Amino acid sequence: MQRRRAVIAEDSVLLRMGVVKILDMAGFDVVAECDDADGLLVAVEEHRPDLAVVDVRMPPSFTDEGIRAALTLRERWPETAVLMLSQYVEERYAAELLARHTSGIGYLLKQRVADVEEFIEALRRVADGGTALDPQVVAQLLVRRGSDPLDRLTEREREVLASMAEGRSNAGIAAQLVLSESAVAKHINSILAKLDLPRADADHRRVLAVLRFLKGSG
Amino acid sequence: MNLLTQGAPGPLAQLLSRAGPERRSRWARSRTRLRRDLAFVASGVPLHLLTAPLFLWATTQLVGLLDGSSDAAPYVLPVALALILVAGFGLTGAQRWRFRELCGREIPRLRFAVARRQFAYHWLVGPCLAVLELAVLALLLLAVAGTTVYAWEWLLPMGFRQAHQNYTTWSAFVMAAGVGALFAVPPAAAALVRLEQRIAPALLRDDKAEALKQRVSDLTESRAGAVDAADAERRRIERDLHDGAQQHLVSMALNLGIAKATLKDLPPEAQQVIDEAHRAAKEAIEELNNLVRGLHPSVLDELGLDAALSGLAARAPFPVRLRADIPARPEPAVEAVAYFVVSEALTNVAKHARATRAEVTVTRLGEILRVIVTDDGTGGADLAGGTGLRGLAQRVSSVDGTFRLSSPTGGPTVMTVELPCSAAAQ
Repeated sequence: MQRRRAVIAEDSVLLRMGVVKILDMAGFDVVAECDDADGLLVAVEEHRPDLAVVDVRMPPSFTDEGIRAALTLRERWPETAVLMLSQYVEERYAAELLARHTSGIGYLLKQRVADVEEFIEALRRVADGGTALDPQVVAQLLVRRGSDPLDRLTEREREVLASMAEGRSNAGIAAQLVLSESAVAKHINSILAKLDLPRADADHRRVLAVLRFLKGSG
Repeated sequence: MNLLTQGAPGPLAQLLSRAGPERRSRWARSRTRLRRDLAFVASGVPLHLLTAPLFLWATTQLVGLLDGSSDAAPYVLPVALALILVAGFGLTGAQRWRFRELCGREIPRLRFAVARRQFAYHWLVGPCLAVLELAVLALLLLAVAGTTVYAWEWLLPMGFRQAHQNYTTWSAFVMAAGVGALFAVPPAAAALVRLEQRIAPALLRDDKAEALKQRVSDLTESRAGAVDAADAERRRIERDLHDGAQQHLVSMALNLGIAKATLKDLPPEAQQVIDEAHRAAKEAIEELNNLVRGLHPSVLDELGLDAALSGLAARAPFPVRLRADIPARPEPAVEAVAYFVVSEALTNVAKHARATRAEVTVTRLGEILRVIVTDDGTGGADLAGGTGLRGLAQRVSSVDGTFRLSSPTGGPTVMTVELPCSAAAQ
């Protein structure tokens, strides 16, 4: 498989070194490492990588530099996928990112990098144009909703919905929840019907529909 | 006698040595007190009398103005009145100093609201006190003069002495009177000091309600300072943990994860060790995150209560509905308390209530931030029961909030917390 190219923007040196190692394992050549948002934009302009791994919180103000840089990236260089890493989940940031861009986007908690194999899978999924959302993002989107059609879902269907929102494929959901793929497909059909969502084949389109639903009328 | 002079430790010597210092100290004490009282009385004279010439001056100017005899009066009178005004404040300061330094009595600072009593003191009471003070000083002077009459009677003119042949007899009376007066000086001075101590604070200091008000506002301020300091400390700990231990733990877990993923051909024992270390590192990260969340998470500072609460709600081991309507951010101390309330309440629900769901509502209406946490658990929560709820109520009262708990046996439990926040804060 041809190696792809990635840049990383992360101000914590320790974490950056680790993520660079994992990127290497996942089949990415890290062409630039930066520690702030401006450096990231310059690096992406120069290298046009397939993937950018970006910390949400970076100098100078340590708030949402990363998110703003990511929005700019997706606007100007749509061929570069973006995976955000964050100390904590701010679901509105995730929602803002996902509202404008339907593919090649991810938002994970920093501590997920420790689960190397899953993290590698998320990196590849995002670089392939898919989505990878932290389960915590989905959970936080769920707490915002008032009494609604979600109440009609069964416990199992909720789990499938959460996995779906994270960006997993049917096979991925089946593996995670220890179900057969056909059972997963059945659950998904049931969920989409109960929530009045359109059927979609591509995983990321489905994710988008689910997310739109989750952050909709709260 | 010989024994005694040699200082042998006989019973009598012991008695003397015990009584000696005591007697001397009483004598020294009364001397010190007299000196202090006299200094106090003497220093009062100029301070109390200063107003009189000013007053006279102003009065003559006023008279001059009214009968038109003085051309300068229209210009001088305002100066005199301004001086009277300024002198009043200056004198109050001087009196406060006098009472503090010479009497050891603190007169709380006067504010403008009670200026009337302050002027009454300086312009009406002051001159009377000055007369009394002068009387005491005069008594002292006469007593000293009388007591020492034999030392200076030869200074009397020869003519006088010849005219009053029996002046030596009179001298004896004068001396007796002087000694008597000398004994009268300390109690007189002490009485005057007591009188002044009673009058001055009553007129110069804030009245009790005022003083209480001042005290309350001081305490409120210092308590707010303490609360802020505690918050700052929590924030510092959070930052230290985040920049230090957490980064290292994540890095360690990551490297162990890489080892686990790449070293597939290790003996199973080694793999198991790596696996366990990896799991332990991840658990440590999670524990550290929980600790930080309980302290003061950075999301609270950076993005506010709304964002911080959704993280809390999503982590609860049961479904939580969150409704937050906070149009303007309250001040950091209030945000911290509100966050702590929800955090503790959800922890409590998870531990005790056997609830299947909970609801958190946070609304800001004007200057009140209202936090309501309800659950469908078994109820029976009690302030006296767990330390969690008590700590929660204390934290709420630290910012003058109110805490209400309704938890009948069988549920549901409703906790309502209202926190005052200032309208200006953003």
